[in-house]
Amino acid sequence: MNMLQENNWLLSVGTFLPMVGVVLMMLMPKAQDQSVKLVALVTSIATLAVGIYTAFKFDFNQAEKMQFVANEKWISVIKSSYFIGVDGISLPLYLLSMVITLLVVIYSLDHVPSPGKPKAFFSLLLVLQTGMAGTFIAQDLILFFVFFELVLLPMFFMIGVWGGEQRQYASIKFFLYTMFGSALMLIAFLALFFKTGAESFSIPYLIENGGSIAKNVQIWIFAGMFVGFAVKVPMFPFHTWLPDAHTQAPTQGSVILAAILLKLGTYGFVRIALPILPIAAREWAPYIGGLAVIGIIYGALGCLAQTDMKRLIAFSSVAHMGFVMLGISTLTSFGINAAMFGMVAHGLITGMLFFVAGSVKERYHTLEISKLGGMLTQMPHLGWIFGFCTMASLGLPGLAGFWGEFPAILSAYSPAAGLNESVFRVFMVIAALGTVLAAAYLLWLYQRIAFGTPKNAAHDGHSNHDELHDVTVYEWVAWTPLLIAILVLGIVPNLLFKVLDPAVQVTLSAFGG
Amino acid sequence: MLSGAELQNLNILAAQWVAPTIDYHGLAPELVLAGGLCLVLILDLFIDDRKKWLLSAISSFTLLAAMIPVLTLGLSDVQVRSMFDGRYVVDNFSLVMKGVFLLSGYVVVLLSSSHVEEGEYWRGEYWFLLLTSLLGMLMMTSSRDLVSIFVALEFLSIPAYMLAAWRKRDARSNEAGVKYFMLGVFASAVMLYGMSLLYGVTNSTLLVDIASKINVDGEFSAVHALAVVFVVVGFAFKVSAVPFHTWAPDTYEGAPTPVTAFLSVASKAAGFVALVVLIYTAFPLAQDVWQPFIWVLSALTMTVGNVLALKQHNIVRMIAYSSISQGGFVLMPLAVAGMPGSGESALRSVVLYMIIYAATNLGVFAVILSVSRKTRSGEISSFGGLFSYAPALGVLMTVFMASLAGIPPLGGWIAKFVAFQSLVQSQSSWGYTLALVGAVNSVIAFGYYGNVMREIWMRPVPDGDSTPIKTPGSLVIALAITSAATLIFGVLPGIGLHFADLAEIAGAISR
Repeated sequence: MNMLQENNWLLSVGTFLPMVGVVLMMLMPKAQDQSVKLVALVTSIATLAVGIYTAFKFDFNQAEKMQFVANEKWISVIKSSYFIGVDGISLPLYLLSMVITLLVVIYSLDHVPSPGKPKAFFSLLLVLQTGMAGTFIAQDLILFFVFFELVLLPMFFMIGVWGGEQRQYASIKFFLYTMFGSALMLIAFLALFFKTGAESFSIPYLIENGGSIAKNVQIWIFAGMFVGFAVKVPMFPFHTWLPDAHTQAPTQGSVILAAILLKLGTYGFVRIALPILPIAAREWAPYIGGLAVIGIIYGALGCLAQTDMKRLIAFSSVAHMGFVMLGISTLTSFGINAAMFGMVAHGLITGMLFFVAGSVKERYHTLEISKLGGMLTQMPHLGWIFGFCTMASLGLPGLAGFWGEFPAILSAYSPAAGLNESVFRVFMVIAALGTVLAAAYLLWLYQRIAFGTPKNAAHDGHSNHDELHDVTVYEWVAWTPLLIAILVLGIVPNLLFKVLDPAVQVTLSAFGG
Repeated sequence: MLSGAELQNLNILAAQWVAPTIDYHGLAPELVLAGGLCLVLILDLFIDDRKKWLLSAISSFTLLAAMIPVLTLGLSDVQVRSMFDGRYVVDNFSLVMKGVFLLSGYVVVLLSSSHVEEGEYWRGEYWFLLLTSLLGMLMMTSSRDLVSIFVALEFLSIPAYMLAAWRKRDARSNEAGVKYFMLGVFASAVMLYGMSLLYGVTNSTLLVDIASKINVDGEFSAVHALAVVFVVVGFAFKVSAVPFHTWAPDTYEGAPTPVTAFLSVASKAAGFVALVVLIYTAFPLAQDVWQPFIWVLSALTMTVGNVLALKQHNIVRMIAYSSISQGGFVLMPLAVAGMPGSGESALRSVVLYMIIYAATNLGVFAVILSVSRKTRSGEISSFGGLFSYAPALGVLMTVFMASLAGIPPLGGWIAKFVAFQSLVQSQSSWGYTLALVGAVNSVIAFGYYGNVMREIWMRPVPDGDSTPIKTPGSLVIALAITSAATLIFGVLPGIGLHFADLAEIAGAISR
């Protein structure tokens, strides 16, 4: 694989800059909340600036190549190195993580959830950012694993400290599920290492040599990785941590979880599992596709049954990630492009939905759908934004969600050579039914919350209407970029496809085109 | 009465006898330590009570001074110094482990000093016993003969029995000491029996001789197998492997906390050192006996230790079970150490695990000691809300717990990783299945490590008493050392692996 090594410091700076902010915050005296916020804001702006500069320097004509590659010695005894780089698949996600973190920081300036402790809160946010960005640039399995795990603890604390009523249960459930997955994943990585001659953990090297592993061994190794990534996605039946984690997490945690953390799993499939183990991937594809469509239907039915707005959005994530996984399971460039697009779109849209849910909770002090209503009359701006996001989420053409969902369904019509066409066509039909259900639960949700007359039962104790202020400045600043991105990517999807496609093609070369 | 001819024979033999050449450079760490402990013992008699703090200073100084010859030996050109016909060997393995023991000893001194000063106990004796036990550990690293191994083992154990019962009028401390003593002696007896069988069948006490004679024609008799198993069982007690672990929780809970730290780190590591030396130099050809045995021990130790740790309410008791389960992880790679290609990586893994575990676990005890100065309680719930009133201690405890749980980028992950690596490297079904058992266990372990984090971050302060904690200077230094080591080993694992890789046992037959 060709690699470009210019500006190889860029990625390291972009990834570890947040840690500088963390260290600065640690050194600050306890009481200075304002300066803590300032440091967090400046750090995340600087990080995004580095990210944008990276994108500016990125050679889009060679998006299939690894760029800004750095390869330094790290743990030479076990033949693992500090090997980083981005290509067309990594770059959008790498940038997305930076954008989301900045917006979450901006949102948090005004909304540090109870019980406060802004210093710890912002530190964890920035550590999370390092872990997420690092996962997307790592080109060495061990480095990938370290970053992949680095996000666990901050998220654990974010849910457990700043979350809702059931936060402790949700946080430990989240942690145990993910850790179980990663333990198996690690063993799979090790097996891969020894089966390819114990030479290197570098992903390009393994892609070159992984194909020669015997088929039944590949299938077992793939199984280990599958559990690791599928828990993170999360795929049915490993999804049960997600509704709890999302419902209990503070708004910021939910946004990051939905927008970035879930993508670590799907990204792992595209970057690691498929290209390194093509034979096993082909064997596994029908099962992955099957679980994906079960996830779509199950998630949708789950949504219809929810009475809590946030839990409903969480279940909709299960369904949406099902579309992403369906795209991946076709093993075609069309499907994987759709999946990658779906990842970004889901990140933007569901992130936005969780922001809105957070603001609803803050104003109405409840997320019970039955107690909400008439948002459009009380807070027209928030109501319209919410409407915009539900439309995007159900896959309305012209908004970003469409370009993840529709091509994914379409790709199942003709899966890669060697896969059973009729099985995938059945999947396609089921997935298409899923979109109908998606429209049903999202429109119904919107109807119940935004239409009708306001129900004041929710805030009996404090019925002053000052509390129901419409969208605030901080919220506008945090949300506008997301709303614009959803619209722009919906109208000009090629912006993203153009970057993704060359890299997806390279990834698929293991399958013979 | 000797007859004339016998007397003549003896005379001839005596004339042939030459005094063994002693490499004083090679023995220097032990000599410095021996000198230091004599000094402590003598000074204790002559200085008055107000100046007894000098003893802790001398102890820590002795330990650091003993590090100097370890370093010069490491840098010297002579790779292996063999004394007394190969019965006492200073090789890289022993040097690395000596360094580990001396540095953990130093941290234990730091942990102890405020505890010892504030209690009304026998201070001089405390330091003397601690240094003596450490001397036994240094000897253990170099012993390559059944007799010297046994002497070193008793040398390190007997002071430890006394340390465990050091709080003389405290019933729990007495229970700790007695239990430890009884089971320790029992283990020694079993081991001695195994050693006598070994001597009987191989006619030698020198480990390398045993290696060549234990499996001459590739076949084992029951006696051979019994001998190997008995010796391994003896050390399984020492490293508190299940089902030989029953002494550990009571002893750990009853003993003074700094002593518990010492037992759970240094004493355990000494057991592993002996086990590793025996496996690699005496029983390399008997792998069919000890491999399945250690496989079972390891799987049981991890699982039982974990499951019992989940139920604990007392922090020290929980750490006791956690350290049992960690012992299972150390044993893990040894279960495949006899397979082609795995020998080297298993040794590396054991050494690395001991280094990192020492740093992390001592750190845990440093936090426990600091917190219990305020809360005067051993309950896990006494850590409630720690982060809100002592954020630094809260973060450090989180770091140590996460390291024990094996979460990157903290030290514990690379230790676990290398252990898994060694198992997978064997590419055998034994290795894969044990790796799976280990993987499941490392998830279960988070149940109780996470519980402590939960107390620290998410629970209210018990009694609402949130006065800040005053941590004595010596504990601050201990915390700084251990947390720095935990972080550095995790982020730059190359450093720890470098030492672990250096540690080769001279004369070991590994495949």
